[in-house]
Amino acid sequence: MPRLRQLPALLAVAALLLAGLAGCANPRTGSADDDPTRPVTLRLWHGWSDKREVAAVDAALARFRKKYPHIRVRTTGNVGDATVNQALRAGGDDAPDVVASFTTHNVGQYCSSGMWADLDPFLRKSGIDKNAVFPRVLLDYSAYEGVQCALPLLADAYGMYYNKDAFEEAGISRPPRTMSEFKDAAVRLTRRERDGSYRRVGFMPNFRLYENSPDRLFAQWGPRYFDADGKARLSRESAAREFFGVQRELIDALGGYGPLERFRTTFGDEMSSQNAFLTGKLAMHLDGEWRGPMLAEAGPGFRWGTAPLPVPDDRAGTYGRGYLTGTVVGVAHSSRHQNAAWELVKFLTTDTDQVVAFANALHNVPSTKAALASPALDVDPAFRTFLDIARDRHSVSMPPSVNGGMYIVALQDFAYDVEAGRVRDLAAGLRRLDRQIDADTLQSTG
Amino acid sequence: MAPLAPAPELRRKHLRRRLRTLGFLSPWLVGFTVFFGYPLIATVYFSFMHYNQIRPPTFVGLRNWTYVLGQMPLFGPALWNTLWLVVVMVALRVAFGLGIGLLVTKVKSGAGFFRTAFYLPYLAPPVAATVAFVFLLNPGTGPVDGILSRLGLPAPGWFNDPHWAKPSLVLLSLWGIGDLMVVFLAALLDVPKERYEAAELDGAGALARFRYVTWPAITPIVMFAVVTGVVQTMQYYTQALVAGKLASGVGVGPGTVVQPGYPDHSTLTVPQLVYSLGFQNFNTGAACVLSLVLFVIAMAVTSLLMRRRAGLLSAED
Repeated sequence: MPRLRQLPALLAVAALLLAGLAGCANPRTGSADDDPTRPVTLRLWHGWSDKREVAAVDAALARFRKKYPHIRVRTTGNVGDATVNQALRAGGDDAPDVVASFTTHNVGQYCSSGMWADLDPFLRKSGIDKNAVFPRVLLDYSAYEGVQCALPLLADAYGMYYNKDAFEEAGISRPPRTMSEFKDAAVRLTRRERDGSYRRVGFMPNFRLYENSPDRLFAQWGPRYFDADGKARLSRESAAREFFGVQRELIDALGGYGPLERFRTTFGDEMSSQNAFLTGKLAMHLDGEWRGPMLAEAGPGFRWGTAPLPVPDDRAGTYGRGYLTGTVVGVAHSSRHQNAAWELVKFLTTDTDQVVAFANALHNVPSTKAALASPALDVDPAFRTFLDIARDRHSVSMPPSVNGGMYIVALQDFAYDVEAGRVRDLAAGLRRLDRQIDADTLQSTG
Repeated sequence: MAPLAPAPELRRKHLRRRLRTLGFLSPWLVGFTVFFGYPLIATVYFSFMHYNQIRPPTFVGLRNWTYVLGQMPLFGPALWNTLWLVVVMVALRVAFGLGIGLLVTKVKSGAGFFRTAFYLPYLAPPVAATVAFVFLLNPGTGPVDGILSRLGLPAPGWFNDPHWAKPSLVLLSLWGIGDLMVVFLAALLDVPKERYEAAELDGAGALARFRYVTWPAITPIVMFAVVTGVVQTMQYYTQALVAGKLASGVGVGPGTVVQPGYPDHSTLTVPQLVYSLGFQNFNTGAACVLSLVLFVIAMAVTSLLMRRRAGLLSAED
């Protein structure tokens, strides 16, 4: 019976492997016992990659070095969230001390997993009242369930870009402020070729276009995605039905989903010279504040302006609001120089001169109340719109979630089905969506 | 009467032989254990755990399995797309590779040029080839649809149309058929010429010669192409991800959530879902369940093919 004799050995090997697996966890944990006044080299990972952006980061670090000459910072740019996530999980001596992310949705993951250190003790130690320094919405998207594991490092506001020449040609005197005005303007701005195909649409309502993600348009209704228990509540949110209804009306008024979708697929890449707003295929367009310098540089051949996106007719008083997101920065849990890392985070996020200079260099919205009010802020009229959106008390951001952007992806999928007319019963569909989001959340919870 | 025990000398000899065999096998054994055995056991283990790759795993029973098989809406489309590609792409690649192989064996002059020309696309890096295809097939800015329209032919949406996205990927894979063409070319050139001469003397036409001479000789190579094709297509990832991402036209800006599978999940494959779950959402348990499902399907299909192989091949093979 040779096989039976080998069985105990095989079982022993299997048990050993399982024992090894059971111990799987990041072996390295950092500490906040370091003396931040002693010389140290920190590693900063960030996502900026463009030459101009990298120069802005370098300039910010040069300012930091002037104030803290004993702290050197080695930077690694063009690092996405997946890489940050994987690196912090893998640990090791080369893991970053300070990390920046463009994706505020992932803050829930960072805070709940403990991967980014809680900054509240550091804020207290430095005597900083975060509520006095940062706008509320920005604090909302940089914390999760009471854990402030990130701080805002410049913000992004979404609004509307519009073609002034097209407006003039259509006899429209100002950007629309309500959804009724929006629909009317979109229809009047639409132009067709002789064969009936589109030459230009007033607004492309389809959710797959560039930044037209449903959550960004839905922000104009100021929805609440989760209840106090963390359960999805879109089926209980009357705004959800109104939002999808308005989008459906827009699609129908502009010629239907199929023709619009066919026209959309002829657009070039968002970040290229073939961008549909730039080529005149769109008269109104949802985008972030960073589009302004790109348009100015590209010289589109028409006059353009910016405005907040319109709001629902019955909430006309909230006009001026918009969707906010931004860059967040935190201290890696595995850093052994957390006090020194905090000095860098504190400087980058709370030093008014630094925040203003950084915002001017990157043409992003500053992320502190003092910087937003600073006279040193370099603003043109087009950019001022986005500053106002960032300051608006009705502006919203997406709530962080334990599984990052999974609920936004679920909303996107549902929205694609709705706009294509594949959802017959919207209320039942929203209930299914809630169940899906809850199942995803439960799955991501330990 | 008790059986005779082997002499100690003989036992030592057997042991030495065993150890020597194990010594020769050890590089493979180590590789197999580290890169296959351990990951496989780990995958099974984690499929019953909640593990976010930072905190110690906790046992959750069948929760990951019920989530993937019952609650995750993307599992169905991803599995369907993967199986669709396995069936259609592998079949067409084998047929096309064999066809091109046959064609270049018949070419009398310039054979070297044609062989090189058909092989070259295979050398293009997958990402670069996909980028080029998405650019060429862009319904608005690419030249292909422009030419089709001028010729009065219908211009499909290619990677932007859920019905055309997978066929477009197949087209991309057929363009890079060089690997299979070379394999089939070698097999075809290896068929003894005398057999063709004998068949011709017996009055066999071109079709009969292929059916009774070529096909039996190259069947093992066809099986090899099918089995490796199935395994590779089960892992299909890069081209589908790049094509979907590029065709969507969306730049990854701040707060942008990019889901693979554009348009309408039509290019979403199981490996993309595994990566997304495992290394973006850090939902390790669910990713492991998906991997195991993929593994079981791959094993089943390969076993079936290997079984069929016995029926396809002649006795001497």
